[in-house]
Amino acid sequence: MHAFSISNRIACWWMIFRIALEERLAYRGDFALGTLMRFLPIITQIFLWLAVFESLGSGDASENQLAGYTFSNMVAYYLLSMLGRAFSSMPGLASTTAKQIREGEIKKYLIQPIDMIGFMLLGRVAHKIAYYAVAALPFAFVFFLCRGYFSGWPDAEVLVAFSVSLILAFLLGFFLDLCIGLVGFWFLEVSSLLFVYMLLNFFLSGHMFPLDLLPDPWSWLVDLLPFKYLAYFPAAVFLGKVERDQLWTEVGIELLWLLALALVARFLYARGVRRYSGFGG
Amino acid sequence: MAIIEIDQLSKSYRVYQKQEGLLAAIRGLWHREYRDVEAVKSIDLKVEQGEFVAFLGPNGAGKTTTLKLLSGVIYPSGGTARVMGHVPWERNNDYRRRFALVMGQKNQLWWDLPAQESFRLHQQIYQIDREAFSNRLSELADLLGVEKLLGRPVRELSLGERMKMELIAALLHSPEVLFLDEPTIGLDVVAQHNIQQFLKYYQQERKITILLTSHYMKDIAALCKRVVVINDGMIKFDGSLANIVESFSGLRILRLLLAEGQTAEGLERFAEVESVELPKVTLRCPREKATKSLSNILQHYQVEDISVEDPPLEEVIANLFNATE
Repeated sequence: MHAFSISNRIACWWMIFRIALEERLAYRGDFALGTLMRFLPIITQIFLWLAVFESLGSGDASENQLAGYTFSNMVAYYLLSMLGRAFSSMPGLASTTAKQIREGEIKKYLIQPIDMIGFMLLGRVAHKIAYYAVAALPFAFVFFLCRGYFSGWPDAEVLVAFSVSLILAFLLGFFLDLCIGLVGFWFLEVSSLLFVYMLLNFFLSGHMFPLDLLPDPWSWLVDLLPFKYLAYFPAAVFLGKVERDQLWTEVGIELLWLLALALVARFLYARGVRRYSGFGG
Repeated sequence: MAIIEIDQLSKSYRVYQKQEGLLAAIRGLWHREYRDVEAVKSIDLKVEQGEFVAFLGPNGAGKTTTLKLLSGVIYPSGGTARVMGHVPWERNNDYRRRFALVMGQKNQLWWDLPAQESFRLHQQIYQIDREAFSNRLSELADLLGVEKLLGRPVRELSLGERMKMELIAALLHSPEVLFLDEPTIGLDVVAQHNIQQFLKYYQQERKITILLTSHYMKDIAALCKRVVVINDGMIKFDGSLANIVESFSGLRILRLLLAEGQTAEGLERFAEVESVELPKVTLRCPREKATKSLSNILQHYQVEDISVEDPPLEEVIANLFNATE
């Protein structure tokens, strides 16, 4: 085995990152437009919640409550869950992975001395950074416009937990999507599976509505699943919905989920490659 | 010790046997019938360091499967192979740094970026030091005449230019063993020729070991002293190109240029007449009868010019494939 010095390794990671970033910027027009279009649903969503709150009880939206959420809380929750999704959503990851398997591009990782999962993770980090570079300003602008819906900044500890939960959301989202893509080793077509996954994800992550709106057996069930960390959890942390003494325990559980999913992805990859090498190629 | 040693290597695939018709398709939802396809059947082969060997065979003969086995992409179902002492499908990083595989139909470069960027990534992946990297890159780009294209996005390159870039990417880390799967497929004659010339020069210069599969007889005639004919997963011939013709074609082709006023009438007495375009006549006859036939023809006809040739290589190979099927 070749001895790999740490600095060599970092240089290699840096190059992978740089190239993925460059590739991302090759179609900057399409990319920027796509990023900005994702802000449009905010307006419709705010009006939707306004209509919901107006139809509750007294007709004055600002006085009604829904499972402990006021209209302002709800808009704040929605904006924060969008921020969580900006970290955890992985557009195209599962489908590209499956496509690479189907079309044999996976051979590259078998022939060259590189690790596919690490390679893809670095690529994703680059994608995300390119995305934030474009989306940061519009995001800030939207939050600024909607500042009235928030009741001030949380304290430093909560902010740290919030930031950690966003980074973990990114990694969790990456491994979840990757696992779906790796199923492509067994099934040639994963698009239906991906569709079901995305639908579930939309509800179970709390992107559609805060998960504490759910009635009891369901909220208990959803609480056991990892999807809530993709959108609901960061928002709940920021809004103080997570009890202070539970904060780091919850982050710890999220970390365990992350480790488990990373292991599952490794396992699927190893088994998948074995199957690929045994059957096709 | 040989650089590549293959011992009774076999590979069979299990493929889903699809039946015709809708009913059968529905039945196939829960009950599937599989069939084993033996792509490679117990191959033995030794290749010495510095050899340039061609794998020749029709589509589906097992050539590509053999290359995939040797590059460790797939596992065999039986037998062993060692390349530079490594078992390829263990996929040691140490092995992976010492060989390269180029597939004519697959693209390894980043499509939207200049080839140069892909090369720099290879520099990091294979840990090539900066100076060696820039020397090799400029040498290879110069040999292939693509220095000016290094900065252009790969998607804008022609097929031939792209293939040259693929070769550069594969050779940057100075592999000792190179596997080429149809490297000139779909290229025009000029690009084919350029790539042949390059491979020939590079192989002689560096004394690396190359295994090449190709459909183009010209590639093989230009490059490889040794030819391995594979058909139906088995090695049917292993030797020099000239020997193929000798062992598999018992025919000679006689080309005559008849003198003015002569007709081809009666020539069929001496040899099989292939074509007549007066004054040119082409005949074929068994090798051992060639001298006899010639002297007979010369006795009975006035001939201005004469040549005796082996049948074209393509024809010999086609016959060889047919005969071994």
